[in-house]
Amino acid sequence: MATEPVLFPTCLGDIVMPEAVRHAVVTLRACGVAPRPVRNATCCGQPGYNAGHHDEARRVARRTLRVLDRTDGDVIVPAGSCAAMMRLHWRELFAGTRDERAAVRVGRRVRELSTVLADRVDVVAARGLAWPGRAGYHDSCHMLRELRIAVEPRALLGHVRDLELVPLSSSERCCGFGGTFSVRYPEVSVAMADSKLDDARQAGVDVLVSADPGCLMQLGGRATRRGDGPRVVHLATLLWEAGLR
Amino acid sequence: MTTLRPDPLTTSTFRERARAQLAKPFLREAVPKATDHAVAALRTRFADHDYEALRELGRAIRAEAIADLDRHLADLEQALVANGVRVHHAADAGAARDLIRGIVRDAGGRTVVKVKSMATEEIDLNPALAADGVRVVETDLGEYVVQLDGDRPSHIIAPIIHKTRGEVRESLSRAVGRELPDDAAALTGVARAQLRDAFMEADVGISGANFGVADTGTICLVTNEGNGRMCTSLPRVHIALMGVERVVPRMTDLAVLLPLLTGAGTGQLVTSYVNLLSGPRRPGEPDGPEEMHVVLLDNGRRALRGTPYEEVLHCIRCGACQNVCPVYRQVGGHAYGWVYGGPIGAVLTPLFRGQRDGGELSQATSLCGACDDVCPVKIPLHDLLLSLRRDRAAAGVAPRGERIAARLWSWAWAHPATYRLSVRLARAASLPARHPAVARRLPLAGRWAAGRTLPRPARRPYHRRLR
Repeated sequence: MATEPVLFPTCLGDIVMPEAVRHAVVTLRACGVAPRPVRNATCCGQPGYNAGHHDEARRVARRTLRVLDRTDGDVIVPAGSCAAMMRLHWRELFAGTRDERAAVRVGRRVRELSTVLADRVDVVAARGLAWPGRAGYHDSCHMLRELRIAVEPRALLGHVRDLELVPLSSSERCCGFGGTFSVRYPEVSVAMADSKLDDARQAGVDVLVSADPGCLMQLGGRATRRGDGPRVVHLATLLWEAGLR
Repeated sequence: MTTLRPDPLTTSTFRERARAQLAKPFLREAVPKATDHAVAALRTRFADHDYEALRELGRAIRAEAIADLDRHLADLEQALVANGVRVHHAADAGAARDLIRGIVRDAGGRTVVKVKSMATEEIDLNPALAADGVRVVETDLGEYVVQLDGDRPSHIIAPIIHKTRGEVRESLSRAVGRELPDDAAALTGVARAQLRDAFMEADVGISGANFGVADTGTICLVTNEGNGRMCTSLPRVHIALMGVERVVPRMTDLAVLLPLLTGAGTGQLVTSYVNLLSGPRRPGEPDGPEEMHVVLLDNGRRALRGTPYEEVLHCIRCGACQNVCPVYRQVGGHAYGWVYGGPIGAVLTPLFRGQRDGGELSQATSLCGACDDVCPVKIPLHDLLLSLRRDRAAAGVAPRGERIAARLWSWAWAHPATYRLSVRLARAASLPARHPAVARRLPLAGRWAAGRTLPRPARRPYHRRLR
């Protein structure tokens, strides 16, 4: 039976970064993956879940889960932490409810965007991508430490000609977003973002790349406010700009 | 729990305390420098060793110790008694204080010298002894400075990590009443002279315990300054306060746990001094205390067994989680408001002090998981934090505003139609919110906008492009 991959934009992707989601779809198509964006899915429930409000999180995530359970291919997610939530935490969130088996089923199908693209790295390499400038990569904490995805996004950037991938000493350090943490403790959160942006600035990067809208919103929002930071973009956007379309 | 010193936990919020720490330029220079150094040392030291395999061994030993805690403690007590040590049991902080005060009183103790010990911090021992008219002198250099300042240690193993050398110079200068040079050797020389007198005068030495070895009846103490050896051998009486969870079944377990403790803590495979204390001076021995006491402190520890939090008892207090924590890096240990800071403090404080007083600390982390990856005995701190947050919500101690926000979010985003409506409303509200003066007054959004540009909901969110 042929399966059809779907793309779940995630709430932040949908609301504040629809262009990055579009770039994710386009780059996937360029690699021969034609995902159908799902409609009527809202959010994975992570903000509530991480804050301890499981009942509320379950109510939100249930809608997304049920919509996705009606599909059958890879569930591609352009957001590291949402992918981790769906893959690893949904089974606990839905344990003991009638959606438990669906949560396990769908969780297994969840794939973070860069791993799907990296599976087709030959295609990416053959496209002759180019983007002139110095780039730093920021690891999303949950993508790195829960899904253990660190090599794939860097490998993809490695195939972009004229792009110098600058190693950052702080690449694995949290940007300070942390969901509700960012508004619970705004001063600490901003100080954490500053330490990342200072490091990026010192390394002289033109662009800070990440694959998680949460981190991008945090680092981008702070960089804009400071007015001196590097540009902050989604991995999909950078690959799109480099010609993967 | 009664505390004899001001209790920041009940009189201020993490946000208030964190703000105060963020305003200290010295701290924000010193903490990242010191913690980065410790993390780099850890990586270098274990570069040629299989740290992962060692961690797994360490985890297994700690799990074994805690799984059968009562038996190992009974073994430890029996072996200690056989070695001539007097063993006491303290159910809580107050009982531990009273026991130690009693031992010091019976010994006619006037001067007490101390080895750095988080357990004695936990029971607020120093003010209690001072109230009895006993002179207490902290002899770890960092703790000595903390005491001069009337401060508290801000890191489990590096008590004055938040201070630069310049600040240490100021503290010591105040203590001796003259301006001291900004020179590390000179400063330690001054402290050494002060401490030497205390060592010679002391009647009682008080220490914590890094481990209690059950099969040999041995208290293990690691230090880098040699003060531990002075405190436990010069005075007539030695008292070791040990959290009950610090028991290990066998002496050979230390072959795994010691390099894990010191490697994860300071990047040393072995510290300058490793003391194995197995009883008071025996007939014919030239030195050592006449009496040795071990006070076994429960203070909420046994109650954690069989709960989702049992694994926190595996902790060997190395401080590695503090060194890698991006929140601790910004605010240091004092922001946490009680004895233990950083990730381990964010877990221990709600457990030891209760959800009402300490529950907020489980939120004082961005859940980045760096602590999980570094912990030498593989405590799942990230999961424990999530679990504590869940308990907090269930206990109803979360602020009212947070509970209402969670319910509103849940109600709106459970259905695509109301979700879309919320996006449209947010888009409409984002127009006036472009003005910082307006943004600042908004709930939640105002807290975001204080330091960051508010993200504007897209005119055409992705879902509208699908029609």
